[in-house]
Amino acid sequence: MSETQSTPVVVADGLIKQFGRFAALRGVTGEFAAGKLYVILGDNGAGKTTLLRTIAGLAHATRGVISVLGFAHINEARSQIGYMAHPSLLYDEMSGMENLRYFSELYGIPAADVDKKCRDAINAVKLDPDLDRPVGQYSQGMRQRMSLARALLNDPKLLLLDEPFSNVDARSAAEMAVLVAQARDRGKTVFVVTHQPAQLEAYADEFIWMELGRIVDRTATRGGRQ
Amino acid sequence: MSFLAITRATLAKDIRLEWRSKDAINAMLFFSLLVVVIFSFAFDPTAEESRRIAGGLVWVAFLFAAIVALNQTWARELRNQVLDAYRVSPAPATPLFIAKAFGNFIFVAVLEALMTPLFVAFYKLRPLGPSWQLIPIAVLGTWALVVNGTFFAAMSLRTRAREIMLPLLLFPLSIPALLGMVNSTAAVLTGETSPTFWIALLVAYDVVFTTACLLMFEAVLEAE
Repeated sequence: MSETQSTPVVVADGLIKQFGRFAALRGVTGEFAAGKLYVILGDNGAGKTTLLRTIAGLAHATRGVISVLGFAHINEARSQIGYMAHPSLLYDEMSGMENLRYFSELYGIPAADVDKKCRDAINAVKLDPDLDRPVGQYSQGMRQRMSLARALLNDPKLLLLDEPFSNVDARSAAEMAVLVAQARDRGKTVFVVTHQPAQLEAYADEFIWMELGRIVDRTATRGGRQ
Repeated sequence: MSFLAITRATLAKDIRLEWRSKDAINAMLFFSLLVVVIFSFAFDPTAEESRRIAGGLVWVAFLFAAIVALNQTWARELRNQVLDAYRVSPAPATPLFIAKAFGNFIFVAVLEALMTPLFVAFYKLRPLGPSWQLIPIAVLGTWALVVNGTFFAAMSLRTRAREIMLPLLLFPLSIPALLGMVNSTAAVLTGETSPTFWIALLVAYDVVFTTACLLMFEAVLEAE
């Protein structure tokens, strides 16, 4: 194991997240090393999405401490995080390229590189960058891929994917799983929340089981690398 | 990462989305047109009476119509939760607010440009005071509407009845600005008094509320 891989990318200590009287996270503690593919599993309401949103800085822990990519304050890590949610996080009225061009401005990608970066990200998910159709007219599978392209746009060190295989056909899901594994193989740390663990069984480094807002089990796998 | 580049990109994106959907501008135009026509049937004022009431009529119509654009500006960020893509990025909150406020300013200004000739025709308006003063009044008044409106529309974003919540939050706070807009417009139309005091009030209102909104917007954006 290299030094990079042994360095924890995410360190959580006693994370509690409450929404009113409901506690979505009830003391999540753990260290997660770099360059690995973590698959987070659990029933609905187990706290998987809340944990992912807390790592992404979209939800703020009520109590406990989290450090992401070595930063205690999430704002310093944002440029190195890629986040894909269950909804597409894309504007339906704009094409894939138009969406990615806009988001590249938010990440401060130099104007000279924008076109190439957007094209590379779209090509990486096996879509056509020249497709001049609004995202709202894409199939669900295409939308999920474009959403992954958006998450990959800034070449993040940490990739957070929430339900990337939901509502997509089996072939598209299998192709998406390969793309996720390839991202890990390029050195990114990937967290995937899914109800379809079979899609990532061959690639995952670790399965994390959550129940009632806690991590109840972590199972290391062989982590099939391509 | 350039503050200006993010503002420009967000503004261009909003104008592009509005150009393609025309959600806000169509609804605003239709609403304002209804107000003009209905009021012209309801009242049959003389030219003198028109000059006295037109300021109030015009600005109230624009205020209500602007609510449509203000609600729409954030509604499109909620579809597919696109706002989360902004929040997760390293882009600061302020350019988003400035771009949204400028976008709304442009939409409402377009509405005003299209509706003003109709108001003039229906109410037979001819200003007796210096008519050039209507331009700074329109600019300052429109900014007063959109800057607070953009802020409160963002604040009511996560509430259940956000379309009701926005006017409830916005209207009471807009009273001083509305007084400034109505009285300064009436002063120019009738030519009886100077609008200087009311224009100064609008300037002060715009400076105070723009500063307050800019300072507080990040907290609003990060609120869960």
